[in-house]
Parts: sequence; C-alpha cells; structure tokens
Amino acid sequence: MQGYGEEMIRIIPRLDIKGPNLVKGVHLEGLRVLGKAEDFASKYYTDGADELIYIDVVASLYGRENLLEIVRRAAQNIFIPLTAGGGIRTIEDIRELLRAGADKVAINTAAIRNPIFISEAAKVFGSQCIVISIEAKFRSEGKYEALTDNGREKTEKDVFDWAQQAVSLGAGELLITSIDKEGTGRGYDLGLIKMISESVPVPVIACGGAGKTEHFLEVIETGHADAVSAASIFHYHCLERLRSAEKFTEEGNVEFISQNRESLDFMKKRLEPVDILTAKKYLSDSGIDCRAVEAFREVIKAEKI
Amino acid sequence: MKGTRPVTVIIDYGMGNLFSLERVIRYLGGIAVVSSDSEAIASAERVILPGVGAFGDGMDKIRKMGLIAPILKVIDAGKPFLGICLGMQLLMTESEEFGRHRGLDIISGSVRRFLEPENGCSNYKIPHVGWNRLLRPVESSQWQSSILSTTVEGEFVYFVHSYTVVSQRPEHILAETEYGQRRFCSVIRSKNVFGCQFHPEVSANVGLRILKEFLYAV
Repeated sequence: MQGYGEEMIRIIPRLDIKGPNLVKGVHLEGLRVLGKAEDFASKYYTDGADELIYIDVVASLYGRENLLEIVRRAAQNIFIPLTAGGGIRTIEDIRELLRAGADKVAINTAAIRNPIFISEAAKVFGSQCIVISIEAKFRSEGKYEALTDNGREKTEKDVFDWAQQAVSLGAGELLITSIDKEGTGRGYDLGLIKMISESVPVPVIACGGAGKTEHFLEVIETGHADAVSAASIFHYHCLERLRSAEKFTEEGNVEFISQNRESLDFMKKRLEPVDILTAKKYLSDSGIDCRAVEAFREVIKAEKI
Repeated sequence: MKGTRPVTVIIDYGMGNLFSLERVIRYLGGIAVVSSDSEAIASAERVILPGVGAFGDGMDKIRKMGLIAPILKVIDAGKPFLGICLGMQLLMTESEEFGRHRGLDIISGSVRRFLEPENGCSNYKIPHVGWNRLLRPVESSQWQSSILSTTVEGEFVYFVHSYTVVSQRPEHILAETEYGQRRFCSVIRSKNVFGCQFHPEVSANVGLRILKEFLYAV
C-alpha cells in the first residue's frame, strides 16, 4: 500500500470546554474539570498536533461567549486549523466563531433539525469550513442512531444515511463520535468508522474510545479513518506534565486532584496516556505517514516568528 | 526593508474566511487591510488574493466587482502579489472545474482535478485535506531566492483542495507536493507573482516563515 501520494493521517486533540476550563466525562459520572483549556492547547500545538477541536459542551446553557473567548485566545499563538463547535444555530454564529479565529466549525443539532443549514453554511463559507459532527449510538448490527446534545437526545436518524445526506448537502468533513466507546478507553468503534469512511468522499475524523496508542493504528488501518481525534489519552498525559511543571494552582485542578484522586487513578488504570509526539512516532514506525514532528518541538520553541 | 511595517491588502471578493490570514499578518508585524476597493488594490504595496470555493464562482465575483483591472494593474507595477489556494488557481489561464472557465491568465497553465481514486484500493480521498510535504522540483533554481528561502525541503504545510495547478512552464514551479497519484505544483512563481496551493496561515511555523518572507523579503 505504501505508495505515491497517499493521504497523511492527522492527529487532532479534542478539547471539551465548559467555561474557561477543559473538561472530560469519566464514564457517565458527568464532567470533571482538568484545567485551563489554553494550557493544554499550547502544549498540544508545540507537541505537533495537526489541528485542534474545541467543543463547548454546555453552550446552550451559557451562551457562546466562553467558546468565543477560548478560540480568540488560542488563535493568538496557535497557527494550525482550529475547529469550534457547540450550540451553533445560525450563519451569524459561524461568522462570529470564524472572526474569533476558528478555521472550521463543527455542527450537530442544528444540522439534524434543519439539514438545509449545511448547504447554506457551505455556500457562504465553503465546504472546507463545515464539519458535521455525528454522535453515533449502536442499535443493532450495522445500525446506529444519530444523537444530539452530547448523546442525550434521540433523533431516530440512521447514522449511515445521515452521513451520506450531510456530505451531499456540502459537509466538508465528518467528525464521527461513538457514544458507546467515548470515555471508555477501550478503542474506537472500528465497524462504525469503516462503514462511514468507505462510503463518503470526504475525510472522516474518528472520535471516541482511544485508550492507548495501538488504538490509533487500528482505526487507521482497519477503520480507514482519515484523521483521529482523542481526548483523555492526551489530556491525562498533559495533566501530569503540567502538574510536574507546577503550573497548576487553579482551583479547578486542585479540587479535581484532591477530591478525585480515585477517579484519576482509575483513569490511569484504563488509559495509557501518551503525548502526540510519541503517538506520531509509533504510527510512523508502523508505516503510517503523518506530519513528522521529530525536530518540530525544539524548532517551534526556539523559533520566534 | 526590516523596520518598516508593510501594508498588505487582502482582497475580499466574498470567497471564504479571511480572518485567520489577517490575524497572522498582524502577528508578523504587518498591517493588513481587507478590501474590495479597486483603488486600494491598484495602489497597494503588497497584495494577497486568498479564497476557497469554486473557480467559476471566484472569477464571476472578481469580474462583477470590477477587480480584474486593479489586480492586473498592481501586478504590472511589480508589487509582490500572493495567491493562496483558490487565489493561486485564479492566476492561471483556465480551469476545467465544472466546465471551462477563463482565469486571470497571469501565469500560463491550467487547473485540473485530482485523479479519482479507484474503488477498493483507494489510499487517498478528494479533497486533499491535511498536511503534506514541500518538495523541490527536479529543475529548480529559484527556491532559495523566493518566499521559500527559509523553508527546508520536506517541511509540512496544510492543504484543502480538490484541484491543482498545472504550469505550462516548468521554471515557474517553485515547489511540488505528492498526492493522489500525482506530483502537483504547490508553490508557483512568475516574477513578482507567487501562488501557494496550501494555507500558510494555518501551517504552523513553516507557514509563518513563508508569509514573513512574502511580507519582508520579496
């Protein structure tokens, strides 16, 4: 397979945002605060992340101002594509996020309620800007239902059909999150990703379930994902580094670490946290072409452009 | 030219998001003016023609907004001019995207779609989305003295496109990239006119260096 002009796999940390904080669901126990989103984001940038995805998980409750502020700050010193989502309903919402510094937007609920919104948005901003986020819940062999609102609301839409429709309306990429695998660390839903990736012409970003480096390889080789997104596996590695650098005195984290020692240990048992550089080295050694970052970390630190 | 703050006009013709580009130019110490005013474009010190979307739509908008003449004028005046993505493609003679369309015809050549991946054994998709390498063409002597003078061969930049530029003159090709069974032109140059198929504004430090060269060195 190694040949002429294959596509290059992208590794995309996903940052779920609540207020100024990076949060992560631990099983279904709700959201835990991990730290300030910007601390994680800048580490990921210098580690060689290919893009970043920000999702405001409570956008409807707090409005979009939090997300806008986080994107605005990130865009000041992070020069890779930034995708932002959570609560986007109108063309004006998209414009605001782009103005704040996003390069793409991720849309779920509004697109399901009104699929024509996809073509309207693609017409104004271009397809490359429109990422349709699909939350897939396993129903029966080969059948998945698309959910909205972080897996809380049913839609009765079949994920496979919805993916085709979204692409035909102008979606530039699909972000496919397995609700069943999300937060488990047990690996991506390979069948789900393969089914969609092989049936659409646009790139598919696999999300949900990465617990160790081998999971990336699986979803690329077996699931034919074009890009891999992950949260905990990177966040917990980053958290350790930020803590050892004693950067962490924010109340959210102290609270998290003191009160949730158990769940942190629990997470560590299930996860084999890794940094992006190491993950890329592993993929590259396994014959997967990705943007080399061997020297990148040193270069980008030293280079003040 | 170090020390001066260059004014760069970013042409706004309604094709895509210009905010990231504007922000990066400011980050690099330049002054960015987003404009669709003929006068401002014709008399600019430096011009960037950005853009995403379909070739035909892009040319239609440029034509309807009366921007062909000011673009040709500022290029004739020898001012540094950079087309990015669709902006690069529009510099060419013509495109085969959804029928034939004439371009600005500033650089001789055409715009063609990637070869469709074969069913079953496809190891690439169209559009080409993601990072890829800048490679030195076999016959190239221009790399060093261009916007690539601080770029090392093999460095990565970020692409989003389904069509590629096919230059009629090999000497215009500054850099190439491999994708979809094709080695295509990723940076083009004819005198003061440059084109990048990738998006330097989201290409991390490599992209920043390329834009910096465009702003200060050429």
